[in-house]
Amino acid sequence: MGVLILGIETSCDETAAAVVTDGQRVMSNVVASQAELHRCFGGVVPEVASRRHIETLNPVIATALAEAGLGFDDLNAIAVTQGPGLLGSLLVGLMAAKSLSFALKIPLIAVNHIEAHIYANFLLGEEISFPFVAMVVSGGHTDIVYARSHSEMRLVGQTLDDAAGEAFDKVARFLGLGYPGGPVIESLARKGNPEAIPLPRAFLEEGSLDTSFSGLKTAVVNHINRSRQKGEEVDLSDVAASFQAAVVEILVTKALAAVETYGAKALLLAGGVAANGHLRDVMLTRMRMQDVKVVIPPPALCTDNAAMVAAAGYYRYLRGDFAPLEINAAAGLSL
Amino acid sequence: MYSLELRSDSPEATRTIADKLGRLLEAGDVIALYGDLGTGKTCFAQGVARGLGVPGNVTSPTFVLLREYAGRLPLYHFDAYRLNGPEDFTELGSEEYLSGPGVSIIEWAERVAGALPDDRLEVELLRLDREENTRLIRFSGTGERSRTIVEGLRRVLCSGN
Repeated sequence: MGVLILGIETSCDETAAAVVTDGQRVMSNVVASQAELHRCFGGVVPEVASRRHIETLNPVIATALAEAGLGFDDLNAIAVTQGPGLLGSLLVGLMAAKSLSFALKIPLIAVNHIEAHIYANFLLGEEISFPFVAMVVSGGHTDIVYARSHSEMRLVGQTLDDAAGEAFDKVARFLGLGYPGGPVIESLARKGNPEAIPLPRAFLEEGSLDTSFSGLKTAVVNHINRSRQKGEEVDLSDVAASFQAAVVEILVTKALAAVETYGAKALLLAGGVAANGHLRDVMLTRMRMQDVKVVIPPPALCTDNAAMVAAAGYYRYLRGDFAPLEINAAAGLSL
Repeated sequence: MYSLELRSDSPEATRTIADKLGRLLEAGDVIALYGDLGTGKTCFAQGVARGLGVPGNVTSPTFVLLREYAGRLPLYHFDAYRLNGPEDFTELGSEEYLSGPGVSIIEWAERVAGALPDDRLEVELLRLDREENTRLIRFSGTGERSRTIVEGLRRVLCSGN
């Protein structure tokens, strides 16, 4: 039957539960997403997440078990996101996981949300060898991680201001394109000229694997304001294409630098922005030239989900790395 | 005079002004930040964090809604950009934070106006039409404590320290 792990994820907006066998086979992957609601509200959270998590989590867990055709007694362990995230939201998932672990007398496994995103790549049946570099790009993160082994992962680069996905959302909303920003900008960008508007790429100091997207966002705002003042018509698809090209160039440049610095054999992409087709294409092309293997999960495993939490939990399970029931949620948890 | 206007010509200048403000803050102080996209709200918060002796980097809390930092005093960095109103803010536990042992900064404060305390330091960041890198930073106090902060800031900036 293999090792069956129930994963629980409530670190931000999404309430998710999933059952994964042996860290690889997804038996079920349920996400109660607010994305549809968000679209109506232009990116605004209609209700703050923690209250929604409380209402949604039990049905989501029940659905995950039902879809897997399993009962609580079949589970070998519970894996849950401990942080980073919003404290009130994390607590909901953690309390549920602790209760299940205690009642079922099975191990509790605490997982880092960034680590979980990376492990989405282990759900694809791909051969992944160490050392690798992972890039987690989402609304809340732009993290570069160097991994020597399953138990040795180190954060080597992060954003100094806005996350890449946040830049997409904010620029999209500023341009009046709606939410979520990634897909709208990507589809509009297909009709635009990525070289139409010169936008700055902040590469920071030599050797730095950190990123910054705040200046790029401001440059887009300045460009629009300038055009309006001059009474010029703005071609939004050119703006979208130029903006997306700048973000992708920054991300790919940093990924290449990280791979070179650490002599990595593979680049694992993860997080919501990894669903961006242009980023996928450029990353694949450029890494291929360096003979580096690129692994990217399908979009459903890029955004927040619990299958990735269960997958990350599996490798901790193999090491016997279990969490005590006294464990606390950690909003600022680092790798 | 309970208000003060300053000009900043770069993100670093904004941080330096906010750093000076950060040094004056006490437990329970609340800063409501206003300003359009890209006017430097997170940049201002980074300066306040520096003035509070927060080690490491302060990043945008938009996605996660709230980030906490440990400095000379705790810093609670809120972002109301994705919130729908004062009720959402209260749900986050804002009352406990705002009256807690730290300093609170709220970006996009206009979105949660009804849940802000009566005595707060309002900081408005305005982009100037013809000078796109310049910001007008307007400080105003809405109560006794916040007015004292504005006066303190004026003294510090005028003495050139």
